[in-house]
This record gives sequence, structure tokens and C-alpha cells, in this order.
Amino acid sequence: MTTTTPTLAVASAATSTSPARPRKRGRGARISYIVRLLAAIAVSIVLLFPLYWMIVVAFSSKQELLSRDLRLWPREFTIANFTTVFDTFPTVTWFGNSVVIAVFVTALTVLVNLLAGYAFARLRFRGSNLLFLLALSTLMLPVQVIMVSQFKLVTELGIYGTYWAVILPTAATAFGIFLARQFIIGIPEEIIEAARVDGAGHFRVFAQIVLPLCKPLIAVLILLTFLSTWNDFAWPLIALKQSELYTLPIGLLFLKGQYGTDYGAIMALALVSVLPMIIVFLVFQRYFVQGFARSGIK
Amino acid sequence: MTTPVLEEAAAAPGGTPRAAPSRRRASRRRALNDALAGYTFLLPNLLLLGVFLFLPLVWAVRLSFERTGGFGDGEFVGLDNYIRLFGDPIFWQSTLNTALFTVLTVPLSMIIGLALAVLMNSVLPARGLFRTIIVLPMVISGVATALVGVLIFDQNIGILNKLLRFVGLGAAPWQSDGAAAILSVVLVTLWIRCGFNMLIYLAGLQGVSPELYESARLDGAGAWNQFRYITVPMVGPSTFFLLIMNVIYSFQVFDIVYVMTGGGPGYSTSVLVTYAYQNGFVTRDQGYAAAIGIVLLLITLTFTFVQWRASRTRDLVE
Repeated sequence: MTTTTPTLAVASAATSTSPARPRKRGRGARISYIVRLLAAIAVSIVLLFPLYWMIVVAFSSKQELLSRDLRLWPREFTIANFTTVFDTFPTVTWFGNSVVIAVFVTALTVLVNLLAGYAFARLRFRGSNLLFLLALSTLMLPVQVIMVSQFKLVTELGIYGTYWAVILPTAATAFGIFLARQFIIGIPEEIIEAARVDGAGHFRVFAQIVLPLCKPLIAVLILLTFLSTWNDFAWPLIALKQSELYTLPIGLLFLKGQYGTDYGAIMALALVSVLPMIIVFLVFQRYFVQGFARSGIK
Repeated sequence: MTTPVLEEAAAAPGGTPRAAPSRRRASRRRALNDALAGYTFLLPNLLLLGVFLFLPLVWAVRLSFERTGGFGDGEFVGLDNYIRLFGDPIFWQSTLNTALFTVLTVPLSMIIGLALAVLMNSVLPARGLFRTIIVLPMVISGVATALVGVLIFDQNIGILNKLLRFVGLGAAPWQSDGAAAILSVVLVTLWIRCGFNMLIYLAGLQGVSPELYESARLDGAGAWNQFRYITVPMVGPSTFFLLIMNVIYSFQVFDIVYVMTGGGPGYSTSVLVTYAYQNGFVTRDQGYAAAIGIVLLLITLTFTFVQWRASRTRDLVE
């Protein structure tokens, strides 16, 4: 959640790579080039190692992990850990829960933030600045400050332990309003004016003109919201009680509670939970990088 | 939170003068139309924020003045919870640990982020691939990350201690020693955070004109001086932004600590949020947990305010 909390959205060109200027220099430059390359490789090995290790352990037998000698790759591959995880735990259900909750939160958040972004960007009305500041201030509010009262609230509302207990508070975020406002301000006034003169109301302008122009923005918002909801931990941990409704991160913790040090099974489930996001990230990397960088830089 | 909005919308049509010229009437109707549409567009968002953020915030303040016995209504006890906090050694230890965690993670993740950004901004083959690898940890959930951390740092069967033994350094007490436990949490946090810091710095670096470096080189500035006198000042705004984001993130750390160490051994890695969670949901002392939350909020607000003032003064001076 915190990683994607933006404060100010100002366009930045994080994705455009600055042209690599060819330099014809002597041996000093060549050595520095090699040093940089080695540094990049070393950094990559360190950063990839935890993921690599997750995969190795997920496919290794228990005995192998418990042996005291240093082995960086498995002697033999086994899928026993995955069979354990899928046979003993409602892994498919947890996966489904994660999907359902992330889809609902994403749909709700993105729609609601786009609407608000349009209002703040294009409509002049009393109190709009004040409301904008109010929405902005919520980004500074640590959700952990209110977890106890949020818990009491969902209990009072009678939704504790349901999907809604996770979905509604998670969707209550101003993240996205700023990106949306910034983006919509950039749409030429004339396009919207022309439609207005033709008699289109604000809803038609929003639905038929603004939304189609916002596709890149919507992609970024969908991806970032889906990612943070999929990975969310603290709030689902508080808001859900029955294990059949758990999302994957909570299921992972549950598995660890039940299986203790059976790291093979734990890593197998961890892999199942992170793989979809890794794939989505690799496919839509451009949007992620843009979103991560734009959610901040001033 | 949403009521004033509705009142305002309802009050707007009140004072329309009857005999206005038609142009003015049209523009008035238009303004009214805009206002109505504006509030309607905002309503769903304001409802969600009002009910699930502002209401719980007010509730949290009230709760922090109450003693609660798990379920049912609490009784008003004034500042009791805050006075108790003051004399609670675990609260102080958690505060200190939060501060220590912040002091370690924030500068380190920014320095690593800047170094990586400089590296990624230089001439390098397969730059896109390297950048992907650096950003990748950002998409891994905190729980999965912490569990891999548990596995790697396990005192007995963890790969890191196997490696340390292999090179003859001996095993480190990651779970039985408080300082080593904090270090393990910090290292795992850096793994997640360096990608974000790199991205923000990289965006900042790409705004620096290459001519600056060119003229510095002509003046005989070496690589270090170019870094010190051009790169560092030019990414100042990124540094300012990252400082705020990283500090807030570190103040609020939960997932990693909760899953990796559970605050242990003893309370040696307990931080404010894990301590609040423990009070609120394990021992069910909700008023006390709410008070810890309010303290966290006050610390965050103070820090943000000081930062904001500092940046304003800096802007005025420059």
C-alpha cells in the first residue's frame, strides 16, 4: 500500500531512456565500462537470489533443506510440495478469493477516482479546493492508525468477516485522484467544449469523450490498484476470520502457522501467490514503471 | 463529512436574480450545472473516504480516551491510556526500534537507490533487463518476501548461515540476538525498497542536462566531483520526495516485522505498529492500541510539517 501512495502527480519521463552517447575514450573509459557492467551483474544476482531461492526450495525435498551442507541448487526436482499445498489447503479457494477481492477493489477504486479526478480537473464549484486538500490529506494518514476503529466499524456495519469488510475500506483511497486529475487537465479544453456546445451533459462527456482518452491512465491505475490489493496483508488479516475466505497472503501466514518449518510447502504457496504478479509485471512493465515513478516525482 | 457538501449544493440555487440578462442567466445555469455535476461526481469517493477513513479517525481519537474490555462500549478514562504509554517500557522500546529502523533503512535505501540510478543512467548493455531486475522486488508481496527472508536468515538451516559457515565466518544469531534480528529485517526491507528509490532518482537524473557534465569535464572535474557538485544537487527534489516517502513507510512498517520476527526475540524488534496490533487484536486492549496509533499519527504529522517547513526555507534561501 505504502509503496504506491502518491503525493503529487507530475508527469515524468521515467520510461524514456536517455540516448546512450557513444564515447570514444581510452583505456580508462573501457575499465569503467567493465566495472559498471560487473556491478550491475552483481546487483542483479543479489536481487534475484531470494526469488531464485524461493523456486529452488519450492521444488526441493524436505531432507535436502535440512542437510547442513551448502547446496545452491536442488539435487533433484520434486513437485511434492505443490501437491501438499493443493491437497491439504484450500489453495484454489484462496487464489479465487484474492482474484475476487482484487477485481472488486480495482473496479470500484478506479471508477470512483476517475469520477473525482474529472470533477477536480474540469468542474468549477464552491469548496472544490477545500475538498481536494481534504482528499490529499488522507494520503498522509497511516492506515495503521485507524485499524482498531476500522475493525470496530466493519463489525458495527455487520460486514466483519465478509468480502465487503476487505473491499470497502480498501477502496476508500484517494490514490488515483491526483493522477486522474493531472491527466484529465491535460486533455484539450476544446474537445470537451465542443461536446458541451453540442448539448452533451457532463456524464456523457465523461463517458464518451474523457474515458476513451484516458486509456493509458486507466491501465496504470488498474495495474497499481490490483497489485497493491493482491499483496495487501494487514487489513485482510484483521477483516477476515474464516479460513475459506482468506486471500493468498493470509493463507500463506496460516500455512506457516500450521506447518512451522516445512519451508518447501511454504515456498510452494509463496510461489503460487507471487507468480501471477510477476507475469503481469513483466507483460505491462512500461505502465508499472510509469505509475511507480509518476506517483511521486515533483 | 458528506453533509456539508449536500447542503451547499442545495443552497446554491437560492439566490438567482429573476431579471438577469439571458446571457448571464445562461452562464449562471451553467455554473449551477457544473456545481451539481461536481458534487455528484465526487459523491462516491467522498462517501468512501468519509465512512472508512474520516469516521474511523475520529473514532480512533475517541477510543484512545477509553478503556475497553474487548467487546461492548468502553468507559471514558481521559488521558489514562497516554499516561500508561509513558510508563510502558515496551512502548518505549517499540518507539526506539521504529526510530532505529527508520534511521537505518531511509538513508541506506536512498544511497543504494541513487547509486543504482546513476548506474542505470550510464552507458550499459542490457540496461532494460537490469532495470527490470531492480524493480521486480516491488511486485512481491510483503508476506512472501518476509517468508523468503525467514528461510534465508534461519539460524539453523538458512542458506545465509550455511554460506557464512562455508566461508569460515561462523553462523550469525539471526533469531536469538536482537541486533542481528533487526539487521535481518533491515536487509529484507532494503531488498524491497531499493527499486522504488532507483526509479525516482532515475527520473530525476534524466532531467539533468548532459551539457552540465560536459562543461564540468572541460573544467577538469573528476567523476566524484561531477557526482558531488552536479548530480547530488540536481536530484534535490527527488531526494526531498524520497525522504518523506521512505520515512513514512518506515514509521508504518508492519508486514515484514510481523511475519519475519513477530517482534522478537522478546520485544527487541517490536515496532509501533506491531505493538499496536498486538494490543488491539491479541490482548484486545483497544483503547490502548488506539492511543499508540494516535501517537504514530502525531509523529508522522510532526515529521511532515518539519520537512515542509525545511523545504520552504530552503526554497526561500535559494
